[in-house]
Amino acid sequence: MAIDLSNIKGCPLEQQRFTWRELVQHPISKLDDDTFTRVRIILLNGLEHEALRFSHAFARMSRDMRAPLARVRRVEQHQHTMINWLIGADHSPLETTIAYEQVAIEITAAVAQAEPDPYLAQTYRFGLLEDFDHMYRYSAMLDRLEGKDANNILQCYTDILPGRPTVVEHRDPDDDLRNPFDAKTAHPLSKLHALTIMAAEQQTHNYYMNIGPLFSDPVARLLYAEIASIEEQHTTQYESIIDPDQTWMEQWLMHEFNEVYNYYGAVRQESNPRIKAIWERFLDYELGHLQYVMELFKQVERRDPMEILPPVMPEPIAFASQREFVRQVLLQEVDLRADGPDFVPMEQEPDGSRAYRRQLNAEGSPTEAVAAGYVWNPGTELALPAEQQK
Amino acid sequence: MENEIHTGTNRTGMKASPVDARKLLEVRELQTTMPDPEVDAVALRAAYLTEAGPVGSMPPPPTLRGMAGTAMKALTGKKMHVLLDKIAERAAFERTGTRLYDMMLQKVAVAPALPAGMTIDGVREIRDEEHSHYLLLAAAIETLGADPTAMTPCADVTGVQGMGLVQAMGEPRLTIAQALSTLLAAEVIDNASWELLIDLAQQFGQDELVAQFTEALAAEQRHEATVRQWMATALTEEAGL
Repeated sequence: MAIDLSNIKGCPLEQQRFTWRELVQHPISKLDDDTFTRVRIILLNGLEHEALRFSHAFARMSRDMRAPLARVRRVEQHQHTMINWLIGADHSPLETTIAYEQVAIEITAAVAQAEPDPYLAQTYRFGLLEDFDHMYRYSAMLDRLEGKDANNILQCYTDILPGRPTVVEHRDPDDDLRNPFDAKTAHPLSKLHALTIMAAEQQTHNYYMNIGPLFSDPVARLLYAEIASIEEQHTTQYESIIDPDQTWMEQWLMHEFNEVYNYYGAVRQESNPRIKAIWERFLDYELGHLQYVMELFKQVERRDPMEILPPVMPEPIAFASQREFVRQVLLQEVDLRADGPDFVPMEQEPDGSRAYRRQLNAEGSPTEAVAAGYVWNPGTELALPAEQQK
Repeated sequence: MENEIHTGTNRTGMKASPVDARKLLEVRELQTTMPDPEVDAVALRAAYLTEAGPVGSMPPPPTLRGMAGTAMKALTGKKMHVLLDKIAERAAFERTGTRLYDMMLQKVAVAPALPAGMTIDGVREIRDEEHSHYLLLAAAIETLGADPTAMTPCADVTGVQGMGLVQAMGEPRLTIAQALSTLLAAEVIDNASWELLIDLAQQFGQDELVAQFTEALAAEQRHEATVRQWMATALTEEAGL
């Protein structure tokens, strides 16, 4: 199924309709569905979330575009709903958190390997090791608060190990900003990767900010407060790699193209036929959005959108376990730190970031506290003989 | 709705992915020991536990009768608001309990089959008794001169406890046996709580309330026995025994 972007035929915007019953479908099975079905749901939910956030920001800056943005945004609101509601209520907020971190690890690792720009690939590897550590901390919390094994969600695809310790991830805001790619010269994949990972991290930040206060346990509340702060840093990092000199129209075009790209990847790799039908429908809808925005782009910018878009769809992001790659990055790069846009050895980290986190961690670090002595064990720590338990 | 659990493609366990599981187990060797944190989770929790206030307070008595009753009991050293809080807790639980049975009624109405002996009318009878217990408790709060519309601290906490029950009952994928086990959990809590409430009311010398509450307890004991029986039958039938 190759898509020729110079001649697309998507579902026309005016035919993209829903009923409430369509929006709220039966959720996937937490027990029986492959975890990568849930990974795709979360990733695409993140893209729809970003579609709304971007569209609102654009609408606040442009009188002329308000109506077309509102038309497309309404459909994306409903796509967002249909996808987000596929997560069943038998996932506790902590279990869904494990799933979010699995998305961050596996998708960022896949992107880091496919990324043609070495600096951007390094940026993804840098962020990856931090989300990898979050997984370990949350797994400890899930075990020690709810008595549940994170691997019931991960299905053996993703390791549960410390990464770059969250306690040292807190940085001065200036050390979270990276160098942006140049939209005129960047490879199409670089643009797609950046938008995808930024969207994923933004929705994770948003999710933690919403569910953190749902916990009664003070340690869980602290844990979410700490990791949400890093997800905010990650959103800052990933949005900073995107060329800010692109026009709003160009960015809108890229957002729609990125959605097409990711639904295309989901259609190609989905194992659940019911969910695959949703991806197919939404790929068709997104092609409609892209077509609509390409026309607007021609009118507003008086440029051919094919100057921005590649002629054919690039190879999609792989939805698969990236265990060996992650282990290798962990071994080689866990001690890297950030100095402005650069990645440096631990000893060269600037004083600003050190002072910043010394202050934040002054009364203890929740991520350190929750995982003290934690080693993942099949069936939870409680499956170990009593004398081996912490 | 499906009313039976079958063997299928459950992927959650280690044995569902033997190759990946072997790789995953390597993490136990890959992980290096880390120093203990300066402030551990026990210390963090301890600070919050020490500093925490209650979830809220009891409302002040809104009527002269309530004030008089509270003052009189206070003279004897008895704190009326403790009894009122526990009555309000039961009232809140009975309201939620009624809603749990409302959800069960919907589920039963579309179930392809019910366990032998279980009927819609039987479920409705329990539902209506739960509702009448709520009304009884609300009236008791009025009698004592307090406000049955207020959410008291124990009512709030029982609401938190009940969140899991409501969440489970609302799930369309639950089989009848799974729904019955949810109701059974509610009934077991309810029975023990009514017993404690009667004991407390007795100590306050509220003989009329004790008599009414004892009748309610007898009904709750019937509910628990009935739900337990339905569930036992459902399991026997599902297991093909």
